[in-house]
Amino acid sequence: MILRNKRFSIISLLLFLLCSCILSICVGAIEIPLKNLVKILGNQLFNLQADSYPKQQEAVLLAIRAPRVLLGALIGATLSMAGCAVQGMFRNPLAEPGLIGVSSGASLFAVTFIVLGNTVFHTVTLVFGYYALSIAAFTGAFLTTWLLYRFAVTRGRVDISSLLLMGIAINALAIALTGLLTYVATDEQLRNITFWSLGSLGGANWKTLTVMLPFALACMIGLLPMGKALNAIALGEAQAEHLGINIKRVNKYIVVFAALGVGASVAMAGVIGFLALLVPHLLRISVSADHKFLLPASGLFGAGLLVLADLIARTVAIPAELPIGILTAFMGVPMFIMIILRSRKERRFL
Amino acid sequence: MIEATGLHFKIGSRNIVENVHFSAKPGEMLAVIGPNGAGKTTLLKLISKQLRAESGEIQINGKNLADLTLEDLAKFRAVLPQSNYLNINLTVFEIALMGRYPHFKSKPNESDLEITSEALREMGMYGFKDRLIHQLSGGEQQRVQLARILAQIYQNPNGILLMDEPINGLDLQYQQIILDKARKLAKQGLTVMCILHDINLAAQYADQILVLKQGKRIAMGSPEEVLSEDLIFSTYHTRVKKISDQQLGYPIIVPIT
Repeated sequence: MILRNKRFSIISLLLFLLCSCILSICVGAIEIPLKNLVKILGNQLFNLQADSYPKQQEAVLLAIRAPRVLLGALIGATLSMAGCAVQGMFRNPLAEPGLIGVSSGASLFAVTFIVLGNTVFHTVTLVFGYYALSIAAFTGAFLTTWLLYRFAVTRGRVDISSLLLMGIAINALAIALTGLLTYVATDEQLRNITFWSLGSLGGANWKTLTVMLPFALACMIGLLPMGKALNAIALGEAQAEHLGINIKRVNKYIVVFAALGVGASVAMAGVIGFLALLVPHLLRISVSADHKFLLPASGLFGAGLLVLADLIARTVAIPAELPIGILTAFMGVPMFIMIILRSRKERRFL
Repeated sequence: MIEATGLHFKIGSRNIVENVHFSAKPGEMLAVIGPNGAGKTTLLKLISKQLRAESGEIQINGKNLADLTLEDLAKFRAVLPQSNYLNINLTVFEIALMGRYPHFKSKPNESDLEITSEALREMGMYGFKDRLIHQLSGGEQQRVQLARILAQIYQNPNGILLMDEPINGLDLQYQQIILDKARKLAKQGLTVMCILHDINLAAQYADQILVLKQGKRIAMGSPEEVLSEDLIFSTYHTRVKKISDQQLGYPIIVPIT
């Protein structure tokens, strides 16, 4: 019964992801009817030579929509899986990369890199090329997560208040330093920085997609086998150790892979808040807290949800685009408040 | 088999465990008693490798504890935690299956599932297997936890079971269910070490009792030998009367005013 329930959820989430992708590809300033989408895909993938659609639709699909939807799915999946793993590691649904400052740490490093990139880090840029920005953001995400872990975890016990307070401090510091950097930034850099604070998939193209892909895959493939360990950790860190789980090693592993994913996502699309809080927790309370299910399900659900959010972000005020962070915040904040209210009742999380 | 010699552990300059030695044999249940702050939990944490002793040696089944990894230990040594409420959206079966985690990599095989079911059956919780753990009472949850521990060391002749006040906060019936199961496991050949607060429960269930006070070993032996009125007065500063009942087969300790 339970097993079927989980399998059923995974299949539904797969369908949800597929539908959001198709919807998001077809709808926009230039509509692509479903039958044309099928023809274009047939042409591209199997060389079918069907030829009864406007060339403009093909161009929009290939150059704009497809990479954007794929990037959205990839970032949504990565952020949600990273969020799921970090929540599991800290045993608290409030431990979301955005709230506890991991995304800010990544964006701080990314912004610093953009502004000072050419003068200070030009050897880094030379060596890593397009990957340099992602690597800078990853370094930021990694250092923040590590710092949080050092401060908020004492003798295996997570102090969630210090975790969240540290998050506030890091977020404030990131805002302040980003503000400071805007004074030395050029106009073009300035536009990039604004884009960072609320997130957008507007920069998506095949190039950004190929940069994102290895980081996203590393994060997802790295985190997927952690289900068993995270389940054991849910019983308590001591109990997990008695079950043969090496907590220190697991935590280090999760910190590295989650930071890798969050860092690359921030580098590609800026700070997209609340998605990583909303997705895993919704699945946790509605289906199961089994992380062997929760990790892949979060990935699917997060991917679908971010693709949909991006569809709304770019169609609700055509020709202008809303930053996607606004939409994820609208979805995530009610959930955040709900968690706080529930935990006040149970006196468990704070 | 647990053999500990010359164990020392201190926090800052305070000795928490001081020169403690004892051994627990397979087939026996060892109860550790003593006043609050006597170092009972610390001693158990030293044995379960959560803490590292400053000096002294611990042998588990003839092997030095320091040479055993957490993974090695988890295959034959289980630890039942104090009863604390689990609020996780997992089923009873999923919780009990975690006992098999040290035995499979990512997917449980048939025998893991079989053993989990059997462990739940032995604890009378099989009927609850699809229920969510947070819907159960504290006593039912602790039975599921014991089923998990049972699954972990199921029919392992070298199994070792450590319990830290496993019956705290449970009612009379659940106290008896949990401790009765622990003694049966000992009778099947397991080595069982259990911290207890209640001297009478220790007298009722333990084969051996280790008495600690301020980190030091005060006495060790069978309940009848160890639990004298004088020893309890010097350990707990409470006057008691010891009643020996032939029919019961174990002494009863009653405080007197």
